[in-house]
Amino acid sequence: MSDASTSAKGDLKLNNISKSYGDFKAVDDLSLIIPEGSFFALLGPSGCGKTTTLRMIAGLEEPTSGSIFVGQTDITEMKPYKRPVNTVFQNYALFPHLTIFENIAFGLRRRGINDVEGAVNKVLDLVELPHLAQRKPTQLSGGQQQRIALARAIVNRPALLLLDEPLGALDLKLRRQMQIELKWIQKEVGLTFVHVTHDQEEAMTMADTIAVMNEGQIEQMGSPADLYDNPKTAFVANFLGQSNLIKGTISGNDGDSHIVDLFGQKISLQKNRSHAVDNSIYAGIRPEKFRISRLGTSTSGNILTGGHIEDVSYIGVSTQYQVEMPWGQELMVFEQNDDGVAPFSKGEEVNISWEPIFTFGLHGDEDANAGSEVNPDEDE
Amino acid sequence: MVALAKKVDINNSIASLKQKVAMPYLLLLPGMLWLIVFFLSPILTLVSTSTKEPGLGFGEFIQTYRWANYTDALVNLQEQFIRSFVYALIATAIALAIAYPLAYAIAFKSGKWKNVLLVLVVAPFFCSFLLRTIAWRQILAQDGIVFKSLVTLHLISPDTRLTSSAFAVITGLAYNFLPFMTLPLYASLERIDPRTLEASGDLYANGIVTFRKVTVPLSMPGVVAGTLLTFIPAAGDFVNAQILGNPSTTMIGNVINAQYLQTANYPLAATLSFLLMLMILALVLVYIRKSGTEELV
Amino acid sequence: MKKALRWISKNLIKIYAFLGFTYLFIPIIYTFVFSFNKYVRSNLVWKSFTLENWKNPCKPIDICSALGNSIKIGLLATAGATLLGTLIAFALARYAFKGRGFVNTLIFLPMATPELVLGASLLTMFLNLGFNPGFWTIVIAHVMFCISFVVVTVKARIASLDPRLEQAAMDLYANEHETFRRVTLPLVAPGIAGGALLAFSLSFDDFIITNFNSGTTMTFPLYVYTHEKGGLPAQANVIGFSMFFLALLIVIAGQIVGRKRKVSA
Repeated sequence: MSDASTSAKGDLKLNNISKSYGDFKAVDDLSLIIPEGSFFALLGPSGCGKTTTLRMIAGLEEPTSGSIFVGQTDITEMKPYKRPVNTVFQNYALFPHLTIFENIAFGLRRRGINDVEGAVNKVLDLVELPHLAQRKPTQLSGGQQQRIALARAIVNRPALLLLDEPLGALDLKLRRQMQIELKWIQKEVGLTFVHVTHDQEEAMTMADTIAVMNEGQIEQMGSPADLYDNPKTAFVANFLGQSNLIKGTISGNDGDSHIVDLFGQKISLQKNRSHAVDNSIYAGIRPEKFRISRLGTSTSGNILTGGHIEDVSYIGVSTQYQVEMPWGQELMVFEQNDDGVAPFSKGEEVNISWEPIFTFGLHGDEDANAGSEVNPDEDE
Repeated sequence: MVALAKKVDINNSIASLKQKVAMPYLLLLPGMLWLIVFFLSPILTLVSTSTKEPGLGFGEFIQTYRWANYTDALVNLQEQFIRSFVYALIATAIALAIAYPLAYAIAFKSGKWKNVLLVLVVAPFFCSFLLRTIAWRQILAQDGIVFKSLVTLHLISPDTRLTSSAFAVITGLAYNFLPFMTLPLYASLERIDPRTLEASGDLYANGIVTFRKVTVPLSMPGVVAGTLLTFIPAAGDFVNAQILGNPSTTMIGNVINAQYLQTANYPLAATLSFLLMLMILALVLVYIRKSGTEELV
Repeated sequence: MKKALRWISKNLIKIYAFLGFTYLFIPIIYTFVFSFNKYVRSNLVWKSFTLENWKNPCKPIDICSALGNSIKIGLLATAGATLLGTLIAFALARYAFKGRGFVNTLIFLPMATPELVLGASLLTMFLNLGFNPGFWTIVIAHVMFCISFVVVTVKARIASLDPRLEQAAMDLYANEHETFRRVTLPLVAPGIAGGALLAFSLSFDDFIITNFNSGTTMTFPLYVYTHEKGGLPAQANVIGFSMFFLALLIVIAGQIVGRKRKVSA
């Protein structure tokens, strides 16, 4: 076979891809390079364009403009069955009229591979379900169907494996288990995985690199730790975990740091962690980075005073506090229950503090609630 | 917005699977041609025949565009028209009353017997409907068991007639089209998620309220399809009236049949046929509009 | 007594359904019983029990050739209507095209037109064209009125198909042709079979349209109709009941085989 389904190898490149449906832009001028062999996640809420992007890579959708390359091969207008790409579909799309064996053998047979039986058995061993070969898909549990869908795709050794919300239909426990298993299988077979999900925890657990998408564009791309510790936009700050964003102005400089005025109280922010464009800024701090202290206790780092405990929720490993600040904003604080300090109670007057290196700065014109209102459980 | 995008999404990808614009027309061509040649053009022929007048020779008709044929037919045969529609309406109501519990039981109460019961609904088709109609006539006849036992029980007087009556014609119609009523009803009932019925019970609705407020509205598409598939053939039927009726139960179908095959008065037969078709179509359109079920095909 | 009342109210719907089925089958039971009647000229009054009618079902002249015609016409009409109807169903379910409203109307109208009008108008046209009605005009007429029912049945099946299955096939290196043959067609097949079964039942039992367009050709329903006044032989009951029983047997056997295959696979 001379088509690209077997020959093309290399990085996946999306060059200025757009996809419009009438006036609606599902994907807007998106460019992306996914290195060969990586586990890449496209993360975003419903309707952010991530599934459309995936379907364009699979060839199930044609871009309105832009081009897609695998290595040196342009696959933009290639038919899905000519691409070196396989997909694990949402809800699996196993063929109900074929046995598990024939489901997995489907792609091999179409390509005229010789040792179909050997290859199928090998991949069935890999997903640890060799005893199900002669069953029909409807006789399998959700988790088993998921693994067969994966086996059916990876048995073809594609240059690229696309996973469209592959764990969305599984219950929480099974999902955790499959996350680990998927990661292991990816290492084992060494294929490039592109994983679409709305579940930030799933993306962080599995992917080497995450691209956070919103309204057809990539908001930020990087390693899970990068995205979490140093988000560039309010959307990323809120969509990946929770953030406290406090409005302020840059009032001065101190070496490598900005001095930021938050409602009259001064804190410090490293310049390389600021994404503000002018003096208007949001200072961002993750809730678990905060420390609460009783009035009169000594604290170091950035300090905000005049807090008032509004609400306390004890959840075992940690306690979550809502602290109302003098300017009326409620800050979220997660305290580990490991430091022997007696829990604070509702109504107490407190100060909160944190290490300056944990502060990140966002453009002050942003919508501080962006990304926090979306319902992550809604299916696309 | 997202839902819209998704819809376009699927259509788009289907279109991209086979991009040939000519493809749908190629698929449609043979079937549509068949319907145009053997359905549409005969109907047009029918209309053209309907305005003809008898010529000089026997069986010879001349096109005179005599639209008064229609008013004449309506005036002369209004009794048969009205009777046809009244009989068909009553028969449809009876069939609905019998078929609804039947379909409900098959959809929700039959367990593993579901498919067997469904087959039982269709199977009578294979024992010719003429045979079954004749069987009814014999069962209800003066010397049959039903009649004799009803007389013995003093439920009817010996002078009553069960056959050769409007009663026999209407029950015959209801009986004959029962499968046409049951199948669409079953199809729409079967699609109802039993959990919605449980939810209704959970929300303080008793059995009857649940049935009225949840089951019936959700099965409306089946009710519409079933009543149409019963009413339309019943209104145009002549076999039941011929086998089970008497001269005073003549339906418009009997007249059309006789004008065609016995009197060979083709213009009158055509006029009546087209009138019947128009009336039924008008009723069907009003009914579909009223019941709010647009998607029938 | 109270217990009995409660049982009745609890099983009301089942009792009602049982009565419904009884109503449906009374004439068939009658037909079965009178197939054993030692009739003299007409099979209207019970004389005495005999197996004679079942031993010689073809004894009355024409009855078995009429049945043969019905089966032949049924099979031809089913083949034609299923093919044409399935093509239309695919066009309607899978493509956007101009003139959809016209196509939908033309599918709907034959179902909304009484058989009498269908048969009569077709005869008028055949006569105007100087055609002699006979075997083939019956087949033509049956294909015409069965197409719509096939379209509706098959279209519903295609519409319920998950589009991702076909996308998965193309993703797994099956081209358009292979996708259709190996995924789409096997999945739509039950719908096509259902449409074909419906077409055959409608064709086999049709009397009104056939009566108009038969010429001198005799089908089984026509045989029953023409002999009804002069005395219908009990062999008609034998054949009618046998066809009913055969249909029941075939479909139930098909169900059992289908279920077995599902379980053992």
